Amino acid sequence: MSILVLAEHHDGALAGATAHVVAAAQAIGGDIDVLVAGENVAAVAEAAAKLDGVAKVRLADNAAYAHLLAEPTAALIAELAGDYSHVLAAASTTGKNVLPRVAALKDVSQISEIIAVESPDTFKRPIYAGNAIATVQSEDALKVITVRPTGFDACPDRGSEGGSASVEAVEFVADNAQSTFIKEALAQSDRPELGAAKVVISGGRGMGSGENFTLLEGIADKLGAAIGASRAAVDAGFVPNDMQVGQTGKIVAPELYIAVGISGAIQHLAGMKDSKVIVAINKDEEAPIFQVADYGLVADLFEALPELEQTL
Amino acid sequence: MKIVVAVKRVIDYNVKIRVKPDNSDVDLTNVKMAMNPFCEIAVEEAVRLQEKGVASEIVAVTVGPKAAQEQLRTALALGADRAIHVETDERVESLGAAKALAKVVEAEQPGLVILGKQAIDTDNNQAGQMLAALTGLPQGTFASEVAVEGGKLQVTREIDGGLQTIELTLPAIVTTDLRLNEPRYAKLPDIMKAKKKPMDVKSPSDLGVEVASKVKLLKVEPPAKRQGGIKVGSVDELVDKLKNEAKVL
Ligand SMILES: Cc1cc2nc3c(=O)[nH]c(=O)nc-3n(C[C@H](O)[C@H](O)[C@H](O)COP(=O)(O)OP(=O)(O)OC[C@H]3O[C@@H](n4cnc5c(N)ncnc54)[C@H](O)[C@@H]3O)c2cc1C
Ligand SMILES: Nc1ncnc2c1ncn2[C@@H]1O[C@H](COP(=O)(O)O)[C@@H](O)[C@H]1O
Repeated sequence: MSILVLAEHHDGALAGATAHVVAAAQAIGGDIDVLVAGENVAAVAEAAAKLDGVAKVRLADNAAYAHLLAEPTAALIAELAGDYSHVLAAASTTGKNVLPRVAALKDVSQISEIIAVESPDTFKRPIYAGNAIATVQSEDALKVITVRPTGFDACPDRGSEGGSASVEAVEFVADNAQSTFIKEALAQSDRPELGAAKVVISGGRGMGSGENFTLLEGIADKLGAAIGASRAAVDAGFVPNDMQVGQTGKIVAPELYIAVGISGAIQHLAGMKDSKVIVAINKDEEAPIFQVADYGLVADLFEALPELEQTL
Repeated sequence: MKIVVAVKRVIDYNVKIRVKPDNSDVDLTNVKMAMNPFCEIAVEEAVRLQEKGVASEIVAVTVGPKAAQEQLRTALALGADRAIHVETDERVESLGAAKALAKVVEAEQPGLVILGKQAIDTDNNQAGQMLAALTGLPQGTFASEVAVEGGKLQVTREIDGGLQTIELTLPAIVTTDLRLNEPRYAKLPDIMKAKKKPMDVKSPSDLGVEVASKVKLLKVEPPAKRQGGIKVGSVDELVDKLKNEAKVL
């Protein structure tokens, strides 16, 4: 078996998710190559070459792959896929955008968001917002798979003595006259990334306004936490979309998740119920969030949050 | 410009699902079914484009059992002009649906195809991207805003880091995210009128495609249950438990 992993990167740096996807590749077994596609991404390739278990990095460094638009990126992966039994990517918005397109180009199914590897062709994945876990088997010769990073512990770096995998340039350049990048508005934050943070504190509709999210910030600063939100808080315009946790937002599994003013709809639970410890602060003692919370505090958040910040 | 909208019949998003005792699948007997919420957003966007004069005709399509005609009627009541039902009792997943939709796109030659970003039953998030590959068209997935300008399509996409705007040549494939619009409800007179709108029923073999999923569903299980927790009486008690019992602070 031989596996191609699409590297995830942001701002010229390898993203943490990639090490989780390589770990999933290790669970499948076989030679693991990492594809780094993008523009000016040599540093990403170097970082990927240091991941444990990576045999080779294939570097497609070309303006054609800037912003990893779906059309050229899928064409590139489809071009390389003949060398592999599996193609894997993180279940990020990049992986979800590109991999189904690759699968259809190769006339195979795609398996989304696996959380466990049973065998090289059999995987576990959540369905129905995580309310059921399916075990699925692919009979396709090429398996195209997105990996939920929280399902796999990150593979380690090789360390200073471990050396590096070789980096090999890919010459193929995909033509693309169909899509053009116009602009990006990315959230700037000094806090840890939602998907990687050890502590996440999220606010819901109960926060009442965007300004009130400052009540979470003081606590997040003390705990080194990332800040998340429910869909209702995003839809109401309190905070931007990239903070949404849930079935259709980000999936998180931190050591500690604190849900504040969030009722606990199944779509929200789908994104956080694998957290190690869950705390809920809600003034309604009947709120469903308390059914999954290890520690529930029935209280008005406007009183509880300042007190919590002081106590920490 | 003609718009094709793909709609899927799924379990209503409010329903708490049950796994069958034999672990073969989720139990859908006597469960409330509905149009996939992301497909409602897709229909709404098509209707808005028609109201703006951008779209001339809206064709709603589904691939599924006879009962899925209910969801097509809903799409017609919301403003679609006609419907195509690709009827099958097979277990259809994203690739099979995309293959059937590709044939419809080939026949209808729309300027735009709008799908949901994900069906909330399988949570696949694949069909739009696959349809784009099969038709050789560009894709704008997870859209929170679309605009047709100068013969091109601008799509604002919800991505992990924030928002991204891309421009696509037409025809193009779009998949909807939650914030693209807020779907309207169908009014009673429109529901009545929808009954008279045309619905074309075809089989996958009429289209020359196989739609049954090739991914085998071996087992479906309930997720690991979380142990019920406790209520704490105060912020102090909470912090004490987190420090000394859970040891996460
Ligand atoms: C297709 C689809 C996908 C979805 N995807 C997601 C998703 O990815 N993520 C997600 O989160 N949701 C998602 N949803 C929405 C989900 O169904 C809920 O509507 C949403 O999670 C509710 O958000 P909330 O808990 O903040 O709001 P509400 O349900 O309104 O709850 C607010 C809570 O705040 C409490 N509260 C109010 N004031 C105070 C106070 N002063 N102090 C303490 N507590 C207070 C209330 O008691 C209440 O429990 C999706 C829905 C659909 C249909
Ligand atoms: N059987 C189907 N019939 C019609 N449209 C479908 C079908 N399956 C998926 N789709 C469309 O593709 C979107 C994404 O579904 P999926 O990729 O399967 O999660 C849905 O919101 C629909 O718009």
